[in-house]
Amino acid sequence: MNDILIKADKINKTYKLFAEEINAVKNLDLEISRGELIAIMGPSGSGKTTLLDILGCLDRVSSGKLKVLNNDVSTLKESSLVKIRRVNIGFVFQEFLLIPTLTALENVELPLLFAKLPQERKIAVNLLQKVGLGSRVNHLPKQLSGGERQRVAIARALITSPKILFADEPTGNLDSKSGQQIFDIFKELNQKDGLTIVLTTHNYKLGLQAKRIIFLKDGRIVSKEESNLYV
Amino acid sequence: MKLLSVAFKNLQRKRIRTFLTIGGVAIAVAVLVSLMGFDTGYQKSLTNDIDKMGYQVLVTAKGCPYEAATLMLKGGGGLRYMEQSVYDKIAKDPRLERISPQLAATEFDKDRLNGQGGIVLYMGVSSSYLELKPWSKFKLGKWFSSDDADEVIIGYEAAELEQRVPGDQILIPNLNKVLKVVGVFERTGTQDDGIMFIPLKTAQRIFNLSGKLTGIGIKLKDIGSLGDFEESLYNEPGIQVISMAQVKGTIFNLVSSSKAMTNSVALIAILIAVIGVVNTILMSVFERTKEIGVMKAIGASRLDVFRIIWMETTLICVLGGILGDVIAILGTSIVEQIIRKVLPYAPAGKLVIITPELLLGSFLGAVAMGLIAGIYPAYRASSMRPVEAIRLGD
Repeated sequence: MNDILIKADKINKTYKLFAEEINAVKNLDLEISRGELIAIMGPSGSGKTTLLDILGCLDRVSSGKLKVLNNDVSTLKESSLVKIRRVNIGFVFQEFLLIPTLTALENVELPLLFAKLPQERKIAVNLLQKVGLGSRVNHLPKQLSGGERQRVAIARALITSPKILFADEPTGNLDSKSGQQIFDIFKELNQKDGLTIVLTTHNYKLGLQAKRIIFLKDGRIVSKEESNLYV
Repeated sequence: MKLLSVAFKNLQRKRIRTFLTIGGVAIAVAVLVSLMGFDTGYQKSLTNDIDKMGYQVLVTAKGCPYEAATLMLKGGGGLRYMEQSVYDKIAKDPRLERISPQLAATEFDKDRLNGQGGIVLYMGVSSSYLELKPWSKFKLGKWFSSDDADEVIIGYEAAELEQRVPGDQILIPNLNKVLKVVGVFERTGTQDDGIMFIPLKTAQRIFNLSGKLTGIGIKLKDIGSLGDFEESLYNEPGIQVISMAQVKGTIFNLVSSSKAMTNSVALIAILIAVIGVVNTILMSVFERTKEIGVMKAIGASRLDVFRIIWMETTLICVLGGILGDVIAILGTSIVEQIIRKVLPYAPAGKLVIITPELLLGSFLGAVAMGLIAGIYPAYRASSMRPVEAIRLGD
């Protein structure tokens, strides 16, 4: 079994914002192996989120070659990307992005509905217990705190048993205590279940706890010194 | 959990907005049902009214045919008279099966309808009248004792209104004339129910119209000879021949011109409802850009998103269709009252007939409307790209 889950070969991403052409990711090479816990760090506008979107098959590269789980996704359309995404990849966002009309449990079950997988209530409840929300399964998002919402979002990302979990600034909207708690969940998932996790963060204290840190500046991978993040 | 419950829960998010949109659809459906129900009901009642006159041809004094048609059915002022000699002449025609002379007269009674005042229609008839209308049965009493007695037989509704039974007396106020009630007819469901019948000769005497008639009802042995028969009366001065088929046509024409108008009102109501639904759903799609983006990120396909939005629209129209049908059923009597006020001639009996087929048809129409209205918003939602929807959706 191939242990390299993601292989990026000179990938570029350019997009137009108003009249300006932005080169968010430049000639980037990257390999991600099974079992890694990677923190992508860098200043605002360094291309962290764009890189995460591309690696997570939410967006396409402009050029270069990208293989995700042995699929060449460089040229795939959204209709094909969604099929890869829905069973192999979990997403956690900075703003949690739960569906406000659905309960915690229903939010967790939603990806199963889209993936046309059987909706076994027990699995969803177990996941919510695992992230510490066993007593709040029937609460609506507005009845939960920020940290609790992010736990629901993590459970939602895990419901399809993905091979990789992507988290974009997962602690960015949380206080430092809840942030650390969320990060602890990621560490546990990585250590106990061997889940591959790629996350972006501004928070140096949290980022340092990852097994591997990738520093990004102007769309390129740079060394720790070059990144200026110490300053 | 199903896509449908995702759609349904979203509609509950902004209840007032959802309810107003459903209300718009409901009103359009209710208008449609009422108008189409009126169409059916009116034709049926009018046909019933005219068929139950018992004659195929009416001879009246010359005048406007519309006026004649209305007068014949309803009475009313401005009656025209013809000479009874015409009757004597026509009566000899061998093609006739039955013939019945009539003299209609109206009087205003200021005490009628609890002091509001109202017009009372008196109809002078001869014994042949009953032969033309074999279904007219006596509820109480019997026919006049003689052909010039000061007696009256009352139609069913008029009897209820006046609270009279045989043996009572009734006053024609303006003439200061007292008549004796000898009979009350059973309900026929036609205009006859509201009429006071008196012997023809009595009518000619008390209304001071001796030797005059307002109409002659005729039933031919063979309806095929109608054309010939009309032809033969063509040269008779001062009269016109109206066939009931003609009258029906005339009144339907009269109504259908206003129907075109009301139909376009219904059409506009439906159009506005559709636009309202499209607007509401589209607005709710744009408000949920991020949510739709995240649904796609966690695995929703274009088709999934399309179906959720489409279901929302359809749900609104289904609920609107049901509510509209309920409103239409509950509102029937109000619609009837309004129509009776506006129409030049409203037949007795139910004006608005709402059938199960009509209810089902309009409900399905509402569903179809939802399916059509949902296409564009659903398309817009399904073609959002996940990254843009999530990152730029603010």
